[in-house]
Amino acid sequence: MGTLAVVALVGRMTALFALLMGVPLAFALSEHDPAEGAFLKAAGITLACGVAMSLATRRFRRELQPRDGFVLVTLTWLLLPAFGALPLLFAIPGLSFTDAYFEAMSGLTTTGATVLTGLEKLPLSVNVWRCFMVLVGGMGIIVLMVAILPLLGVGATNLFKSEAAGPMKDQKLTPRIAETARGLWATYFVIATACMFAYQAAGMGWADAFMHMCSTMGLGGFAAYDDSFAAFKSPMIEGVAVLFMTLAGVNFSLYFLVWKKKSAWVLWRDLEARTYLFLMVGSVLAVALFLSAHGVYPTFVESLRHAAFNVVSIATTTGFASVDYAKWPVFAPAFMLFLCSFATCAGSTGGGIKLIRSLLLHKQAMSELTRIVHPRAVRPVTLGGAIVPTQVMHSVLAFMLIYGSVMVVVTMLLLFSGLDLVTAATAAIACINNTGPGLGEVGPASNFQGLTDFQTWVCTFAMMLGRLEMLSVLVLFTPQFWRK
Amino acid sequence: MKILILGAGRVGESVAESLVSERNDITVVDTDPARLRELQDRLDLRTVVGNGIQPSVLREAGVEDTDLLIACAPLDETNLVACKVAHEMFSVPTTIARVRSPEFEDGNPLLEKKGFAVDKVICPEESVTDYIRKLIEYPEALQVLEFAHGLVSLIAVRAVAGGPLVQHSLAEIPQLIPGAEMRIVAIYRQDKALTDIDGSTRIEAGDEVFVLAATADIRTVLGALRKMDRPVRRIMVAGGGKVGLRLARQIHADYQLKIIEPVHARCEYLATQLPAEVLVLHGDSTDEELLGDENVHEMDLFIALTSDDEDNIMSCLLAKRLGARRVIGVINRAAYADLVQGTAIDIAIAPSHTVIGELLAYVRRGDVEAVHSLRRGAAEALEAIVRGNAKTCRMAERRVDELDLPPGAQIGAIVRGLHLADGSEAENAKPRVIIAHHDTTILPNDHVIIFVPRKRMVREVEKLFQVAATFF
Repeated sequence: MGTLAVVALVGRMTALFALLMGVPLAFALSEHDPAEGAFLKAAGITLACGVAMSLATRRFRRELQPRDGFVLVTLTWLLLPAFGALPLLFAIPGLSFTDAYFEAMSGLTTTGATVLTGLEKLPLSVNVWRCFMVLVGGMGIIVLMVAILPLLGVGATNLFKSEAAGPMKDQKLTPRIAETARGLWATYFVIATACMFAYQAAGMGWADAFMHMCSTMGLGGFAAYDDSFAAFKSPMIEGVAVLFMTLAGVNFSLYFLVWKKKSAWVLWRDLEARTYLFLMVGSVLAVALFLSAHGVYPTFVESLRHAAFNVVSIATTTGFASVDYAKWPVFAPAFMLFLCSFATCAGSTGGGIKLIRSLLLHKQAMSELTRIVHPRAVRPVTLGGAIVPTQVMHSVLAFMLIYGSVMVVVTMLLLFSGLDLVTAATAAIACINNTGPGLGEVGPASNFQGLTDFQTWVCTFAMMLGRLEMLSVLVLFTPQFWRK
Repeated sequence: MKILILGAGRVGESVAESLVSERNDITVVDTDPARLRELQDRLDLRTVVGNGIQPSVLREAGVEDTDLLIACAPLDETNLVACKVAHEMFSVPTTIARVRSPEFEDGNPLLEKKGFAVDKVICPEESVTDYIRKLIEYPEALQVLEFAHGLVSLIAVRAVAGGPLVQHSLAEIPQLIPGAEMRIVAIYRQDKALTDIDGSTRIEAGDEVFVLAATADIRTVLGALRKMDRPVRRIMVAGGGKVGLRLARQIHADYQLKIIEPVHARCEYLATQLPAEVLVLHGDSTDEELLGDENVHEMDLFIALTSDDEDNIMSCLLAKRLGARRVIGVINRAAYADLVQGTAIDIAIAPSHTVIGELLAYVRRGDVEAVHSLRRGAAEALEAIVRGNAKTCRMAERRVDELDLPPGAQIGAIVRGLHLADGSEAENAKPRVIIAHHDTTILPNDHVIIFVPRKRMVREVEKLFQVAATFF
């Protein structure tokens, strides 16, 4: 096994990750806030570790084999949250490593579940770091590495695949994978910049605009305030958030294509993006009508405003809240959590099953139904005029099975540790789908602070499994993988 | 006329067959010597073995003084290149290429003289598809052909007892069907053309009647000769080949469609090319169990489009027996087509004849706009433009009854106003369709649509349109 070659790469990634800490450090220096020292120390440790790992294994550097990719991805996603937790650990007195690691994992996996309260009282740079991790984790750490580190070579395609979300990962947008990664990050960056300016124009300060942009684009859900978006009390800001959350839930490859072909038709012609749009609009309207029928808010317009923000926020696995929607009649929050498990597109920054898998399964089901009536009918599952290969359908089915099993196992572990059913089940859904808030004790009005250490670790790993779409991680636990 | 045909496949053969009878000098080029020998034994033409895109082979085939090149080799590429070579190196005046790909249509700048130099693109699959589509639209008709940019249609229909005109004479038409102008140009009774059709001719049940009318009046015409069926909604297509797929693409939005295809890989391809509403069935179209399971008796139309004549005939017979309302079969062999047309199989389509019409317009003398081959090549309807004046042309400025038409040939309709006085194509023209009577006067620049019951009369009709040299 090329374990040492993998360590060499992880070392370089760690060193790069240390550089990313420069962003919150810059905020800390300009604001002279108390976290200055914490970031310097954390960045120093991270950089040192990274360089040490890289130097120690320099002799073993070589091209990665497909198997190494899975080790690398899992190792990266285990190690970087630990380094990401360092500044929090140093800057927030009394924070346990468990909680700091959870917080960093929550950020990098774009979950947005937090164990911290009194966010407004934290140094600005700490909040910036929390949110910035969401932005980085959103498009993917490995994708970023592939984009800017030239060392990955041919093995990069396999790496890319093990982190990218969705059932069909073979479509390269450009002939060279690094070019693809760069294109994706550039697209991401452009939309993110637009988002930041939009927030500022809608009335946020620059720092708030930056932090919430990070959180919105990564579909994470970290906010700088305990009340999340309720703190702003601004329909304009909520509107901007809804717009960019919706945009970030679409496959970024499509934006890349829109840009290259200079035509927005690409979006409309894509089945997944089209369905996603209809799903969002339809769900918002349905929930708004439901709320107004139950008289939750005095006017339909107000129902629509809150439905639009909270439904889009949860369905895109972001996790911002503008009201305590857990107090809505139970259909609405349950429906929103249901949406979050499949509504975002593959290749977006959202989590969950991804819409494309649901669509493929739907098509498969329809074709089975046709076959019952017409035994001789040939109706393969097709997408965009091509047959979806059977292996892909099998992998989708396997994914669904594993997804369901993981969901059950996590829920059971949480129940075992003493949580009530609603909290346990919704915490599992919220973590595995990288959404953030669940219901019950982990609802939008409270957070994951009340969990025991054991429960926190379960949720932490659930988030990682969800972000890497289970298979990349679970393959490491199969005996075949380690057989020489 | 000297004609060079490239490719001795099914299309090449039927083109050669229909042109050779008109006293043209035909040379056929193909790479398969056995195939050519067979052709040469049967038809009076010359053959050359070789690859038709090579100048040496073309020269051997006498391309230098050829008037018309018809490239119908199996590959689009060959045909396009052959046209280019013939035009560039040998200045062949007219080139026709069979191109299957829909991305190279007539009017594509790539096909102009500077490009591949193709004057006319023919696509037999497309022609057959159009033919069938017309039959789906007008299920009562045997054939519907368009003239003058679709303003006038020639409708072939079998008269059935119960139609208002059946058992009546032609003179009674204006009283029985007021409002719709039509002209019956031919009546075939037991496969024999009635000569001397006049006002006293009576239409009998079972007659095959050819009517010219404005396209807008097609339904009235059909309703006059037989009771109208309910419109077609459910269609079963046997064979998902090129024609089957083309047809399905064009009609799936308006009809409930089932396609039966025996090759599984092809089934999958069809499924990717067609929306999910189209049911693709894997199986044999002659499998009565499959037909029964898929409710062939509920079908308004069963169309057999496989490449195998026998299969098409058998599946059509089977479908009819099982209760399909109307069955159409594509039958390549003319003998078979004649044999089964009008039996249990309602319509037998001979694909080779559908495309020949398009070629004939280039072979005919005079200003011929369109030619349609009828009754599987026996008769012909042609649309030509009258040029010149009373002095230079035997048609211009004369009444219909003054013309010296061969017996049985009928002037059916005249379209006036498509051209300006100087003969150029008029922009925003407001053309008028005139159904010809004995006292109608033909003016210069009129499009005249003539029905010719026997092919050998075509030459005489052409002469009528020819303009004497003094015109220039």
